[in-house]
Amino acid sequence: MPNIEEIARSMTGELKQDKADYLEAHFEESQTSHITYRGQDIESVGRSTASGGNVRALVRGGWGFTSFNDFAGLKKRVALAIEQAKTTGADLSLLAPIESAQEVVTSGVKQNPVTIPLKKKKLLLDEYNEIIWGTPGIKTSDIGYSDSCKKVIFLNSEGSLISQERADVSIRLTAIAAKDSEVQQVGISVGSRGNFEDISHLQEKAKEIAQKAVALLDAPQVKGGEYTVVLDPVLAGVFVHEAFGHLSESDFIFENERMREVMVLGKQFGVENLNIVDSAVEPGLRGSFKYDDEGTRAVKTYLIREGKLVGRLHSRETAAKMNEKPTGNARAVNYRFPPIVRMTNTYIEPDKMSFEDMIADIKEGIYAKNWYGGTTSMEMFTFSAGEAYMIRNGKIAESIRPVMLTGNVFNTLKNIDAIGNDLDMNQGGGCGKNGQAPLPVSNGSPHIRIRHCLIGGK
Amino acid sequence: MEEILARAQKTAKEAEVFEVTSEETQVKFDANRLKHMETTQSTSVALRIIKDGKIGYATTTGITDGQQLVKDAVETAVFGTEAKFSLPYNSIYPKVDIYDDATPQVAINDMVALGNKMVAAVTAHTAGILCYANIARSVMTVRIINSRGGKAEYKKSFFSLDLEGHLIEGTDMLFVWDGENSCQPLLDPKPIIDTVIRQLEWAKEKAKAPTKVLPVIFTPYGIASALTYPLITALNGKVVYEGASPLGDKVGQQVFDKNFNLCDDPTIAYQPASRPCDDEGVSSQRTPLIEEGVVKGFLYDLQTAGKAGKKSTGNGNRSRGSLPTISPSALVIAPGTATFDAMVSDIKEGLVIEQLMGSEQGNVLGGDFSGNVLLGYKIEKGKIVGRVKDTMVSGNVYQILKDIAAIGNEARWVGSVLQTPPIYCQGLSVSSKG
Repeated sequence: MPNIEEIARSMTGELKQDKADYLEAHFEESQTSHITYRGQDIESVGRSTASGGNVRALVRGGWGFTSFNDFAGLKKRVALAIEQAKTTGADLSLLAPIESAQEVVTSGVKQNPVTIPLKKKKLLLDEYNEIIWGTPGIKTSDIGYSDSCKKVIFLNSEGSLISQERADVSIRLTAIAAKDSEVQQVGISVGSRGNFEDISHLQEKAKEIAQKAVALLDAPQVKGGEYTVVLDPVLAGVFVHEAFGHLSESDFIFENERMREVMVLGKQFGVENLNIVDSAVEPGLRGSFKYDDEGTRAVKTYLIREGKLVGRLHSRETAAKMNEKPTGNARAVNYRFPPIVRMTNTYIEPDKMSFEDMIADIKEGIYAKNWYGGTTSMEMFTFSAGEAYMIRNGKIAESIRPVMLTGNVFNTLKNIDAIGNDLDMNQGGGCGKNGQAPLPVSNGSPHIRIRHCLIGGK
Repeated sequence: MEEILARAQKTAKEAEVFEVTSEETQVKFDANRLKHMETTQSTSVALRIIKDGKIGYATTTGITDGQQLVKDAVETAVFGTEAKFSLPYNSIYPKVDIYDDATPQVAINDMVALGNKMVAAVTAHTAGILCYANIARSVMTVRIINSRGGKAEYKKSFFSLDLEGHLIEGTDMLFVWDGENSCQPLLDPKPIIDTVIRQLEWAKEKAKAPTKVLPVIFTPYGIASALTYPLITALNGKVVYEGASPLGDKVGQQVFDKNFNLCDDPTIAYQPASRPCDDEGVSSQRTPLIEEGVVKGFLYDLQTAGKAGKKSTGNGNRSRGSLPTISPSALVIAPGTATFDAMVSDIKEGLVIEQLMGSEQGNVLGGDFSGNVLLGYKIEKGKIVGRVKDTMVSGNVYQILKDIAAIGNEARWVGSVLQTPPIYCQGLSVSSKG
């Protein structure tokens, strides 16, 4: 493997040249391992190592970017990025000022999860799989495990030199039940900031998903239409990420006059007790880091406070163009891509209401739990719950087939009328944007209640 | 590569090295202006071994002597799947035209000019629209060698034009888009401009969808977003082998409309998905999947074919060196006889669906799909009258493709994996919000 620290150090002089308004480089090395099961057999097991880098240049407001995993001829790569930026730029280069930094940030894990022998990982997965298969009515299972450890060295023309290491572990367990021609599945995703121990105690969960999948076979399908819906912390977290979080990413807003009007600060988006936060400074969460991929220090950003829009997520460029402060949200999934505005750990802050009070006055509604899939187009969203129950006369009633929720983001945010007291963060997610996926993020929420939510169905 | 193979052969009975190198240049327009230029150089190397009958595998990037790679592969082989195949030993492959010298030579300035042309045409048509364009060209080289003497090498060029328009009025947002790609330079942006302007015209007025069962015309994009995923899943040889495909026991049976024809064809000249062999070194072939509504066959890679007692159809695909999985190379749905206008004028009340959002979240194996109409239009008395919103559509692929009202006479590519005409279907459940 090439020594990226040496390479990075050798580049500091090269980046100080004044041929561009701004220059930065990333050098990265990573190791990963994965094991996937399809049914009782291992489908794939593998290890990988990777190294590469990139150079990004800004000239007169235009960006040039070149990525590579061949480290020969680096000077030429720098020249190419500058040349591209020159061809592109025809304006002013604007970047919000930040303090330059020189720091080494370690992963903080006791043991790099990638170095744990595959044998130990397989034993754990076998245990989970046996629990799922041991449940009567289960037809098959799907299990995916992966871990990674990577080091990224960032340097720029302003004198920053930051080395950050991070480790990541994630697992997904899916139990699939079948009877006659009916197939139902329930799954869970769990992730950790590189601590293998965190995913080593899911025996109870594995049993639970298997039993739930079997129970779903006999569950009825709900009629489509508008319902009062209560979301559990997992699904509400996905909702806040998908439906609101992506709207807060300023790269979609900063050059779009009309979008700026939609997202004007101070505008009322929801009820008074709605507070939404994105924060990369929460310890131990998968979306956390000390510096983003532009070397900006991470902060906690309120997006909505007391129902009003008060902030948004920025790169240095979007912050400068909107006259706001950078928030440290410029992230790249790996060295093949330039940093773009992304979320980190996004959540709805807890309020006071208990779950019992939240459902107490619902005559007929739906309790939607867990996450199956979801997507957004800024204005509209659809996502699928992994489990669902009817709420009848203030009580959780029969289990129903998983539902798909859909609607207009702005109306739905306004229709949130109750926020619970039980914040929980979901560490299982990965986010995709502009072809960059999966980026480690987390999201969370307490239970929330949404009035007039459109549920798909026949 | 040869060095890695030799090193692997010291410990494993069979071994295969798969290498992809690529260099891509992209010119990107944001909010109507040239904004980014990117060049990406990348090499990845994957080693697959069969040791004591089991598959081991590891990948790396860049230049390597293979020491770590072989060590990693050997460790994984201990737990690997039992190999049910032998690596292919051929070194002669069908000739498929996928490289054009002109593609990597398209000047950056010409790429910028293409972007400017697209942006200018669309902004001139609709005031206030913001265009995002991407013009890209690349060259990729694939090399596969294995311990049985199998050897494949090919070079492919690639050119693409993509255009997206965002029109925002208050919280009402319209997204329009089109794209084209080829192994040859695409120097005429007119077809893309025309498609985007047509979408803008059709979406100009607003229309309200009722809540009832309606006929629907899926445009090629609509088919890609709503109908192909369940079919691809059901035609996957692995799903068939596991007994989960609803088509698994239907070979030779009439399951679809007699006018419905589907094949996988990676041999079409200058199509980006075309190639002389798959990522395991198996020769490319045209594989009929559905002919005149009758199920003809499924897609296989080496491992699944070995398990199922079939032959690989050359559908072992590896993204950046991952282990091969079965996926279609290029699906082709044969055109029918109806013009698009004739299909529209046949409908008293119905929808045209250009993009369905979330349709892959349903019971895919059963063929169920449902989603929110991200871009779609209402048909009233044989005419498109405007865009529908807040509308959910649900249906079952097997039901709606059993009795197709009409298939369009003009097919087009959607991305590089699907070529299809529009399809006019009966009886989809539509539900609309207040």
